Amino acid sequence: MTHGFADDTIFALSTGQPPAAIAVIRISGRRAQEALETLSGSLPEPRHATLTALRDPADGAVLDRALTLLFPAPNSATGEDLAELHLHGGRAVVAAVERALSGIEGLRRAEPGEFTRRAFANGRIDLAEAEGLGDLLTAETEGQRRNAMALADGTLSRAVRRWRAELIDAAAAIEARIDFADEDDVPDGDSGGAAEIARLRAEISDMLRAPPAERLRDGVRVVIAGPPNAGKSTLFNLLVGRAAAIATPIAGTTRDLIEYPVQFGGLPFIFIDSAGLRDTEDSVERIGVDRARDAIAAADIILWMGDPDECALTTAIRLHARADMSDRQIAHPQSDLAVSATTGTGIEKLRAMLVSRGTSLLPREGEIALSGRQRAAMSDCLAALDQIGSDILLQAESLRSARASLDRLTGEGGIEPLLDAIFSRFCIGK
Amino acid sequence: MAKFDVLVVGGGHAGCEAAAAAARMGACVALVTMRRDQIGAMSCNPAIGGLGKGHLVREVDAFDGIIARAADAAAIHYRMLNSSKGTAVQGPRVQADRALFRTAVQAQLDAEPNITIAEGEAAELLFGEPDSICGLRLGDGRELHAAAVVLATGTFLNGKLHFGMTACAGGRVGEEPSVGMAQQLRAIGLPIARLKTGTPPRLDGRTIDWAAVEMQPSDEDRWTFSSGTERRVNPEIACGITRTNTDTHRIIRDSLDRSPLFAGIIEGQGPRYCPSIEDKVVRFGDREGHQVFLEPEGLRDHLVYPNGISTSLPVDVQEKLVRSIAGLEQVEIVQPGYAVEYDHIDPRALDPTLSTRAVRGLYCAGQINGTTGYEEAAAQGLVAGLNAAAYASGGSEIIFDRADSYIGVMVDDLTLHGVTEPYRMLTARAEYRLRLRADNAGTRLSSWADKLGALGNVRRRWHVSRETARANALELLSRQISAQEVAAQGCDVGGNGAKRTLFEWLSFQDFSREALLIIEPRLETVDPSVLDELINDGRYAPYVGRQLREIERMRADEAVRIPAALNYRAIGGLSNEMVERLEAARPLTLGAAGRVRGITPAALGAILVHCKRKAA
Repeated sequence: MTHGFADDTIFALSTGQPPAAIAVIRISGRRAQEALETLSGSLPEPRHATLTALRDPADGAVLDRALTLLFPAPNSATGEDLAELHLHGGRAVVAAVERALSGIEGLRRAEPGEFTRRAFANGRIDLAEAEGLGDLLTAETEGQRRNAMALADGTLSRAVRRWRAELIDAAAAIEARIDFADEDDVPDGDSGGAAEIARLRAEISDMLRAPPAERLRDGVRVVIAGPPNAGKSTLFNLLVGRAAAIATPIAGTTRDLIEYPVQFGGLPFIFIDSAGLRDTEDSVERIGVDRARDAIAAADIILWMGDPDECALTTAIRLHARADMSDRQIAHPQSDLAVSATTGTGIEKLRAMLVSRGTSLLPREGEIALSGRQRAAMSDCLAALDQIGSDILLQAESLRSARASLDRLTGEGGIEPLLDAIFSRFCIGK
Repeated sequence: MAKFDVLVVGGGHAGCEAAAAAARMGACVALVTMRRDQIGAMSCNPAIGGLGKGHLVREVDAFDGIIARAADAAAIHYRMLNSSKGTAVQGPRVQADRALFRTAVQAQLDAEPNITIAEGEAAELLFGEPDSICGLRLGDGRELHAAAVVLATGTFLNGKLHFGMTACAGGRVGEEPSVGMAQQLRAIGLPIARLKTGTPPRLDGRTIDWAAVEMQPSDEDRWTFSSGTERRVNPEIACGITRTNTDTHRIIRDSLDRSPLFAGIIEGQGPRYCPSIEDKVVRFGDREGHQVFLEPEGLRDHLVYPNGISTSLPVDVQEKLVRSIAGLEQVEIVQPGYAVEYDHIDPRALDPTLSTRAVRGLYCAGQINGTTGYEEAAAQGLVAGLNAAAYASGGSEIIFDRADSYIGVMVDDLTLHGVTEPYRMLTARAEYRLRLRADNAGTRLSSWADKLGALGNVRRRWHVSRETARANALELLSRQISAQEVAAQGCDVGGNGAKRTLFEWLSFQDFSREALLIIEPRLETVDPSVLDELINDGRYAPYVGRQLREIERMRADEAVRIPAALNYRAIGGLSNEMVERLEAARPLTLGAAGRVRGITPAALGAILVHCKRKAA
């Protein structure tokens, strides 16, 4: 909350890295109109795509012929004045326009996610939508884009609003019994809401079982682990397609985690090479070993390069490595796959296994992916509902706390909706 | 010209409590009322307490206020509502003898040497500088001077009574409204709106066939409202319960064209939880009957208050409708029911001390702030009286926290959200109600009250001895006990093998009071009300602990003060609606801003950033 977002005008390339057919640069803030006018010499009619020549303010040289769009505040994606430059997507063009924009006073490059933050700060999107949109901005694959669209569209927001309405209904029945105990108009029986609450719990836990959005955004985390000198770095380099890790025959070469993102089979992966696991006196290496263990704990998939009997994790694919060597012709009976980074034996099979496992770990199309924050709020809501007991007061408290958890997702709240529900349902009052 | 520290206008529940609270704080107080004999009158139903309301009464009592003692002195019928549900939502309520109640209130005010009663109409506010008050001019021209004035004028501001289609000016039946003051408040720019409330006809109890109605006896328990009351003093009587029926509803439906409510004559909004009988019939037409409680107005009074049929229908219709009800076939109406419309101040114009932001030293309490109910009024009277006295003597603001009291909940709700209907306390409004019980009001508030100087000597000594008793009992409850010992008393502790303190074992629902006393017999010597309170503390402790963490998070935002003159329009991203709400309520802290309706976390972030930048 420390960046001065009300004053600065920011710009950023909002499409993928060039080269591409089209590159869109967005400018948001008080000086957006001024910036657009500086480059194009005039202002387009608001909300109309206009073809215009963009010129370098320094020497008047034409940078590109571009489509420009202007969305005056507050009816723009960020709630501020917003200009869009649809450029031809060559690297040189984009770089030149960005350089020209940097030269205009009061303009600066946006921090990652800053457009979304401004949209959120200006009330253009709610928190759930903001997170979905954040993912959209960094989406790289088609599957990611579709998922992000569903979120930004408010699928989660809609679900949360429905749950909240149901919680309010259940709470109204209980609160009416508490606050209007002496009215014969409020039935004082067992609460009829038990079935509804059970259904709600099932729905929320169903959605919680959906894979996390971070995995879709960052990729499936594949950690290569095992004892020192098992060939981890060699396999890592082969899988990521370049010599990203130093691979030597010397045990203990890899001391820190090395991460590299790769896509294959339409899925995003992030491969992590880790230090060999062993007891060591070397304090630096020991830190590396600790990090390796943390990485194993956080992994979606582990490629285990050691003795198959030493790794029982269900996330592990136990590899019989260096299968080309003469003394390792016969694979260990407990191993899942024999591979050789030298000859390439088994590598295609391994990739197929990773794609198959990865697919099951990522959201299916049309399914909602939840961010960590959304997950935490929903888990809190579920935990509150799980504790619902038989004491009417504690029931009310559970429902209140469940409601508060969902309010954290939508930013709504207050007692009025509850009172409305009570007074519309029961004839209360003397 | 007479000089005081605090002037209080109005002798109802808010005014009396304000005068008494200011006097306890050491202020020299004049209470201005049109009729001395009407001080402490209950103008609506003859009952004190109820759910949420009973909590307020106990909290005022924790400040050594007068309403609880007066209720005890007048009580002729006791009911502990929700006695089968948790203690946190049990609501004590009594039927009170009107005459005894009035007498008890007047006696308490008379016993307070710092209070002078001034009979007369408060005609005009006097200003020193334009934005600060300096006194009042009465109808007869007398001037009273003081640094602080508390307005507790009830329904008298521009009051208008409706009997069927005829309307007349008035604050209560037979009493003149206060028109000049209403004009002056408008003139100084306070936002004024209109509300409506109503009362049922009063019946002659001698013409009721009591044998034909169900009787509800008074509670057997010996509880009282005030911790300063030793025992119940009056004979206890039963109340009757009867019901409206389809005939009653037909009579009402046939006369709706003569109802000022439905003919559109009454513009003020009435309370949803206290609807008129014509409202109930129209809104819940499918119901075949509504309960009517027949509440005697006193031991030596034959008037009966039929609770549940508040109405503003014409008098002839009222007669027909009451006589259609079982037990009331021959009943005589002594005073017809009516609706009253009155001016109130949008309470968002007040700060949490109940002082107007526009005029320093001017406080408002009770129905003038858009609330309903004696208890709500008394509680605001306490807040305004304490603060008026503090202001007059140069002391600091006394602000009730919604995490600590129902009083805090009410003041916070009123000053941040305003009202769209007369505001009534409900336990549902208190998000921390597991801590805010009627039985622990003294523990929650009396030490603070003492520090502020709001307790009399008798109450202070009583509170100190109770705190000691509580600490001693807690000591006994801190003994570690094994699960086997607890299980040996036949309590299912779910195979939990750990050692816990007796207090911790109390959170197991199966661990009974009886088992507790067998394991620790020394608790037998503890005052039963102290022990009950601690048992309840233990029962809810795990939940209360979780709420305390929530409160801690809340307090971080409470620590961020918002400048009084903040220009919300200069903050980018706030919608017009948000700006209007924030300008109307002017929250003092970021936490309070977050409770203003429709203020999103993002908006709060924007306000925070703006405040920080201004401060930098």
